[in-house]
Amino acid sequence: MNKRLIYLDNNATTPTDPRVVEAMLPFFYENPGNAASRNHPFGWVAEEAVDYAREQIASLLEVDSKEIIFTSGATESDNLALKGVFDMYRRKGNHIITAKTEHKAVLDTCHKLETMGAEVTYLDVSREGLVDLAELEAAIKPNTIMVSLMWANNETGVIQDMKAIGQICEKHGVLFMSDATQAVGKIPVHPREVGVHIMAFTGHKMYGPKGVGALYVSRKQPRVKLTAQMDGGGHERGMRSGTLNVPGIVGFGKAAEIAKKEMQQDAERLSRLRDKLELALMSSLEEVYLNGTRDSRMPHVTNLSFKHVEGEGLMMTFNQNIAVSSGSACTSASLEPSYVLVALGLGDDLAHSSIRFSLGRFTTEDDIDYAIQALTQGVNHMRDLSPIWEMYKEGIDLSTVTWSEH
Amino acid sequence: MAYSDKVLDHFKNPKNVGTLDKSKNTVGTGLVGAPECGDVMRLQIEVDPSSNTIVDAKFKTFGCGSAIASSSLATEWLKGKSIDQALTIDNMDIVEELALPPVKIHCSVLAEDAIKAAIRDYQVKNGIEVTAEASSH
Repeated sequence: MNKRLIYLDNNATTPTDPRVVEAMLPFFYENPGNAASRNHPFGWVAEEAVDYAREQIASLLEVDSKEIIFTSGATESDNLALKGVFDMYRRKGNHIITAKTEHKAVLDTCHKLETMGAEVTYLDVSREGLVDLAELEAAIKPNTIMVSLMWANNETGVIQDMKAIGQICEKHGVLFMSDATQAVGKIPVHPREVGVHIMAFTGHKMYGPKGVGALYVSRKQPRVKLTAQMDGGGHERGMRSGTLNVPGIVGFGKAAEIAKKEMQQDAERLSRLRDKLELALMSSLEEVYLNGTRDSRMPHVTNLSFKHVEGEGLMMTFNQNIAVSSGSACTSASLEPSYVLVALGLGDDLAHSSIRFSLGRFTTEDDIDYAIQALTQGVNHMRDLSPIWEMYKEGIDLSTVTWSEH
Repeated sequence: MAYSDKVLDHFKNPKNVGTLDKSKNTVGTGLVGAPECGDVMRLQIEVDPSSNTIVDAKFKTFGCGSAIASSSLATEWLKGKSIDQALTIDNMDIVEELALPPVKIHCSVLAEDAIKAAIRDYQVKNGIEVTAEASSH
């Protein structure tokens, strides 16, 4: 068997760009300082490096560097944003609006806030994966303090209409928080331009290192205040205590600088490869469905359902070589299929049959050609094994069959 | 999750994939699971009525690798067994043989249900006293 390995799971995490690794290396041994040590050269070098990284990231987002708070990752940033705002603004109101397709870092934080007195509205999304703007506006009440909607979805790549959502938030005077983990560094993300006031993102989804993330917190129009969730030395302007991960931050900054320069060419190249993959699979195989809108999505992502083939089983036909993700229940411990795809209105059967392909900066055309071949073979193999594919081919309407639910 | 070698072997080279003629009286068909649950097994047996012995077994499965391996193994075990012997196959035997982890035990349960459903179908078709429980779980 061909032993090449093909990584098409860049929404899970991206490889760290070698240029990023190179930038980080001097900050382990040669420059070991703590950025909070104000009284010696080691500290000064570290602080300067952190400030530089903050500028690199601010420049990518077109915001002020003072508006960037470093954290350990997007999960922490989501927690800090939601809990920090709720703590700070709860006297003004306790209502938060989010959507059913958000990442668990947002949904589970909202569930926790509900136990602490918050009222949370979880909006439905359309078949295309988009939030209905009229429904969003109708959900805003006098006690609403914040709308939290992700920029781009991790499973489908669907991009919400950020500008329109920002305008609705502006009109009603509520804060707009966004988990932009999947979008930053891959498409232009300018929170100020669209009216996002608080925004979570992370290094390792944009070719930076793992273990370092950030929260954008608007300092003017409006000046957003957050209650710190981590108490200690008062780092990051009091919003997030804890010694800064200097090498990680340096790498994160470098990743932002590279993204700013190369994002457009990466996006053009990857969307062409993604389209090639999608078109080839949809033309060589029957009953392949695209999940989420084609019109507003990330350039490097496609989420496809291969009807009557179970996702994990399909992955087993090629997972010695190709890394992808599935919304199949079997890939999760809960035995429930992807809640994101279910929220799009896919039947559980199609959710079980889904595969997410997420390409990245290091994906080559050869990788895609190989993946097309392997997927086509895998789907055909699994359909030869599938009793429901056989029934479908015999013209049996599967919805009329009495299944033994278990 | 890493799969055991035996699961991988059955997955790559599944035994007895196929379809028996379900209109024949000597063939019993069990269809268990549901597409919404992510696994459906169809297991069929062909019985020699004179000796009450399973002479052939085939399966098709929609599901994960462990579900496919469980049904493949079940068909291997069924061939040559009497109906009574076949009814003694327990899902835990499959778990043990394939070294299934706890999250995959339901795959073995489904295989046991499929065996019982196929035998039951054969018995009902032929007016034989039904000794296979409809579903043990």
